[in-house]
Amino acid sequence: MQFQFESLAAFLHMDGHGPFVWAAYAVTFVALAALAFQPRLQRRRLKRELERQQRIEARRRSVEAQRSRAAEPA
Amino acid sequence: MAWQWFHRLGSPRWFYQKTSAWMPWLALASVLLIGAGSVWGLGFAPEDAKQGNSYRIIYIHVPAAFLALAGYYIMAISGAIGLIWKMKLSFVVMRAAAPIGAVLTFIALFTGAVWGKPTWGTYWVWDARITSMLILLFLYIGVIALARAFSREQVADKACALLALVGTVNIPIIYKSVDWWFTLHQPATIKFTEKSSIDPSMFYPLLTMIIGFYCLYAWTLMAHTREKILQREWRTSWVQQLMRGKSMTESKAG
Repeated sequence: MQFQFESLAAFLHMDGHGPFVWAAYAVTFVALAALAFQPRLQRRRLKRELERQQRIEARRRSVEAQRSRAAEPA
Repeated sequence: MAWQWFHRLGSPRWFYQKTSAWMPWLALASVLLIGAGSVWGLGFAPEDAKQGNSYRIIYIHVPAAFLALAGYYIMAISGAIGLIWKMKLSFVVMRAAAPIGAVLTFIALFTGAVWGKPTWGTYWVWDARITSMLILLFLYIGVIALARAFSREQVADKACALLALVGTVNIPIIYKSVDWWFTLHQPATIKFTEKSSIDPSMFYPLLTMIIGFYCLYAWTLMAHTREKILQREWRTSWVQQLMRGKSMTESKAG
């Protein structure tokens, strides 16, 4: 097995087919990378949403606690 | 008793825990195989006598097209299992498979178009294989769009499964299109029943890429399914614990 091109320039040029070949590979890898990273973004969004709900829940609890304390006779 | 494994298979939590162990290995295998296969195919495989260097696109075109079709099977079969056995996890896999299949079909079509220009002299032609692949892309997009049209997940799951099952008609048409309508797209180079019409020096890098794409597909499908599981099960205590545990260790590290 041997490298088929004489120089890096020849490898990039590929006898005129270079732009087609490299465009195909570039688009493929970008698309696959986007697909691979999408779950990570979704995880971050879900985590933020859960934290937001936890904050809302905590605030609701503290307001309720204050209200029940205020309702108690002094 | 005998059905216990089947029900465990349907448990989203069990799936999440099992795949945590498998995914690093699949990621490693896909990076190594696709990396090696790309270098091999781009630089070391011999030039094609008829098509010159443009043929090197085959090393991504064929694996992507393979997985676009296999992904449709996975989506449709998962939908069927969900409909028949009412398995929660199965519907989640089906929904996760749709965007992955759409991207792979797009890659197959795009690389095919870019390959067609230097080889056939045109980016696009309404050839039977290409047209049926375009229909496959629309089927995938249809499943994604249909899922978004319903506000209730259970209804969306059933509708998507039905659409996916009806769409399976297209799959044998894609396979046979190059033989039934002998137009521009070349017939299959890899055959399982007879000798392939491809030289070993080109076949081995292609095989490496196909196996690499299979590993990457498995990894991506697991990753997408896991996220969808967390989104659906966020009320359960195990997801709450998982998310809290993660954020705690992260804040400690940061």
